[in-house]
Amino acid sequence: MNASDLTAIQMQEAMGKGELSAREATEASLAAIDRTDAKVRAFLSTDAAAARRRAQEIDRRLKAGETPGLLAGVPVAVKDNMCTADGQPTTCASRILEGWKAPYNAHVVERLLAEGAVIIGKTNLDEFAMGSSTENSGFEATRNPWDLNCVPGGSSGGSAAAVAARMVPVALGSDTGGSIRQPAALCGVVGMKPTYGRVSRYGLVAFASSLDQIGPFGRTVADAALVLQAIAGHDPRDSTSVSEPAPDYLATIEEPVEPLRIGVPKEFFGEGLDTEVERVVREALGVYERLGAKLVELSLPHATDYAIATYYIVATSEASSNLARYDGVHYGYRSSGHADMIDMYMRTRAEGFGDEVKRRIMLGTYALSAGYYDAYYKKALKVRRLIREDYETAFKQVDVLMGPTSPTPAFRLGERTADPLAMYLSDVYTVSCNLAAIAGISVPAGFTKAGLPVGLQILGNVFTEEKLLRVARMYERETDWAARRPPVCEATA
Amino acid sequence: MSGTEPTPTIGLEVHMHLATRTKLFCGCEVAYDAPPNSRVCPVCLGMPGVLPVMNEKAVELAVRMALALGCTIPDLAKWDRKHYYYPDLPKNYQISQYDQPLGVGGFLEISVEGGVKRIGIIRVHLEEDAGKLMHDEGGGNSSVIDLNRTGTPLLEIVSEPDMNSPDEVRAYSTALRQLAIYLGVGHCNMQLGQMRFEPNISLRIGTDPDGKPRYTPIAEIKNLNSFRSVERAVAFEIARHREEYEADPKGYTLERLGKQTRGWIDDQEVTFLQRSKEEAHDYRYFPEPDLVPFVPDRRWVDEIRASLPELPEVRRRRFIDEYGLPEYDAGVLTADREVADFYETAARLCKDPKAASNWVMQDVSRVLNERKVGMAGLPITPEALAELIRLVRAGTINRNTGTEVFDKMLETGRSALEIVEAEGLAQTSDAGELETIVDKVIADNPGPAADYRGGKEKALGRLIGEAMKASGGKANPKIVRDILVRKLRG
Repeated sequence: MNASDLTAIQMQEAMGKGELSAREATEASLAAIDRTDAKVRAFLSTDAAAARRRAQEIDRRLKAGETPGLLAGVPVAVKDNMCTADGQPTTCASRILEGWKAPYNAHVVERLLAEGAVIIGKTNLDEFAMGSSTENSGFEATRNPWDLNCVPGGSSGGSAAAVAARMVPVALGSDTGGSIRQPAALCGVVGMKPTYGRVSRYGLVAFASSLDQIGPFGRTVADAALVLQAIAGHDPRDSTSVSEPAPDYLATIEEPVEPLRIGVPKEFFGEGLDTEVERVVREALGVYERLGAKLVELSLPHATDYAIATYYIVATSEASSNLARYDGVHYGYRSSGHADMIDMYMRTRAEGFGDEVKRRIMLGTYALSAGYYDAYYKKALKVRRLIREDYETAFKQVDVLMGPTSPTPAFRLGERTADPLAMYLSDVYTVSCNLAAIAGISVPAGFTKAGLPVGLQILGNVFTEEKLLRVARMYERETDWAARRPPVCEATA
Repeated sequence: MSGTEPTPTIGLEVHMHLATRTKLFCGCEVAYDAPPNSRVCPVCLGMPGVLPVMNEKAVELAVRMALALGCTIPDLAKWDRKHYYYPDLPKNYQISQYDQPLGVGGFLEISVEGGVKRIGIIRVHLEEDAGKLMHDEGGGNSSVIDLNRTGTPLLEIVSEPDMNSPDEVRAYSTALRQLAIYLGVGHCNMQLGQMRFEPNISLRIGTDPDGKPRYTPIAEIKNLNSFRSVERAVAFEIARHREEYEADPKGYTLERLGKQTRGWIDDQEVTFLQRSKEEAHDYRYFPEPDLVPFVPDRRWVDEIRASLPELPEVRRRRFIDEYGLPEYDAGVLTADREVADFYETAARLCKDPKAASNWVMQDVSRVLNERKVGMAGLPITPEALAELIRLVRAGTINRNTGTEVFDKMLETGRSALEIVEAEGLAQTSDAGELETIVDKVIADNPGPAADYRGGKEKALGRLIGEAMKASGGKANPKIVRDILVRKLRG
């Protein structure tokens, strides 16, 4: 048995029977990283010694008969935009935060530690989570484990690739416009964006505060549910986190949703959708039909074209504000050759931020400027309301909505870097979910002829994570996509 | 323009620190004497990933002040970000309230020559304070930042441009400070920077052909932190506007030049231009996505309203009406809520409001000043003072002895009655004893006695004084007077 092939739940079962120790699980994870990460480059930092110490502590507690939590001994990777006070840097893959060590743990990190997880390392991302390919990282580009010439998607590309390449069974990502679901789809793993407010954002370095949400990656739906269980719930430090307790997701996950009405928005099958992706997704819908679900064609008139425009105003406006603090004064990178204060600000930010981050700061600054605010930001908020209404109307008729997560499978590195608009369209099916503050999940639905994974996106109304997980599990049980190993694992196993 | 004299038109933005234990968006203590950067946490340092959490006590105090100013508390108040880059602002935006503040549309009444004037309040809102930047402290070309103050709750109160003179600006500022202290909303210690002023000044220069008023450009003076500086800065600006306007009546107008921001050099007592209209900041306000809008519970607002104490101006007028006090006394006694409470208890118990006023304004104030303490530091209760006043009123002791007794009460903590009895200070009202004294005084002072008989009323005072002296200060002067008059007239 190779522990790195186990899911988090399988690891827990093995540990429960005494067949696996936290130390062995951790060693397997570190060994997998050693074997494959030179090719994949999912991690920005790892701390093997700290992980081993932590695993030993968990083993000691397990031996003492304690129950160290939902994730006892499970190796977990954390996207590097979540603060960890363990001495590992928190960089957001940005030069401007290079070497910065957070003095506190993010709420989700506290939760992982409280549930006994072993945090293996911090994963790569598009700088400040701005991008759809992880190529905007200030440090390195992550590769897709299914084809090393392709991107893993983004911005949580490092976490998605780490799970897909079996370096860790589960990981955390953050999703502002698709940054969990799209890389999950492109890497062939499960990725969930919970309802806005379900998981505390305290300690998640903000990109767009009204859209950001932390969520899990796993190779199975149950593993995603397990991690969600560990991190969901109220946190008084995040005023936007909801107070209602999270239900027991694993308790109901095997129960099918019956009857099940699935909305199929025609806008999710429009121009720009890759034919192979469409075929795979239609086949997945067919599986549900065979299971007795009813498919309902419907329309979300504002949820694609308008959503992209709205998203790039709301998200960039908030980003321009959230990123104002990186100025070289209090922490992080400071340019050395400055003449005065203003010069220090300008040089620090010019040298510290990458192009995409600068582009978005400029867009957002413009949208919030006097004389433009009403035409852009205010109007965007109005459209955002229309998008939410589209979904509210839809969820009166159906339980969930389904479509492709991404219009294309993984694309080649460099293919879209020169064309920001083409890159933005990678998120055409995912951004509206964040604007509407609802929940969404991407589950592996099959492969293209070239062997690239395709994701099925399932969207549910606010706080219906439990139902979404059950619906996702219904499909997963009928398929075996999760059993497939990406070539990078075979080559190095 | 007609020949009317230009009228100063002045509005005031006042910032005051709220009297909360902790900061507006984190749990750090608000402290003024702590070592630099010792009252900070990731939240007020604006570290990556942190989120603000609203301090409910600060909102309660803000609502309290807004209600006392007669403001409406809207159904929804929201937070906004105001952006500008400065090293004392770690996030490079300030969480403030832009278009939906906590309180709107109130007023504050101030005493002016010839009566009371109502100054309109446009809005009251909450925001976070910035840190303190100190330049060249080390002698070199460097600056240091103390972020202890960062995130301190700051209440901004914006008045209508209803003031017309530096005197009115001072009256408004002091009334606002008094009100905040009265309500327990702020300590308003000027030395600690707990209250700061930004006046907006222009002159109304007649009307245009449509009858609309015309103004000189509005000057906003930033960051004044004493009554003296705000008063002098306003006076300086009025004079400067007059000069500029007289030199160029067509050009020096609001339409042409708009609003400018000016600074104040305290030791030279002059203002200087900081930013003209063209250089005005674009703060790029937008709704703070990390905080949910604040929806005040109506019952909660009503409870705060019901808990408001009687406000100083209302109380001042009631003291005049109810206790028959002179304006001056009423003003002094109501300036401090604890003094007013003390006075009112004593006045009601002794049933002599004027006497109580004299005692509080003279003897009590003297002690507070000497000892440099507030009412809480006075070892005498209003009940004890009332007993003393009653003893004087009943003629048991005279007023001078009363002061002696008062001092002994301070020293010993004993009651007035105990002291009077123990030390035999009760004045003599025994007619027989006093008659003997009076007879002797008339005999020993034939001159004044004759003068009084001859119609010189003043001579009586001299004779009373002699009789008091002869009694060792214990004679009841009223009875002495009666006996003297009877004997000299008889």
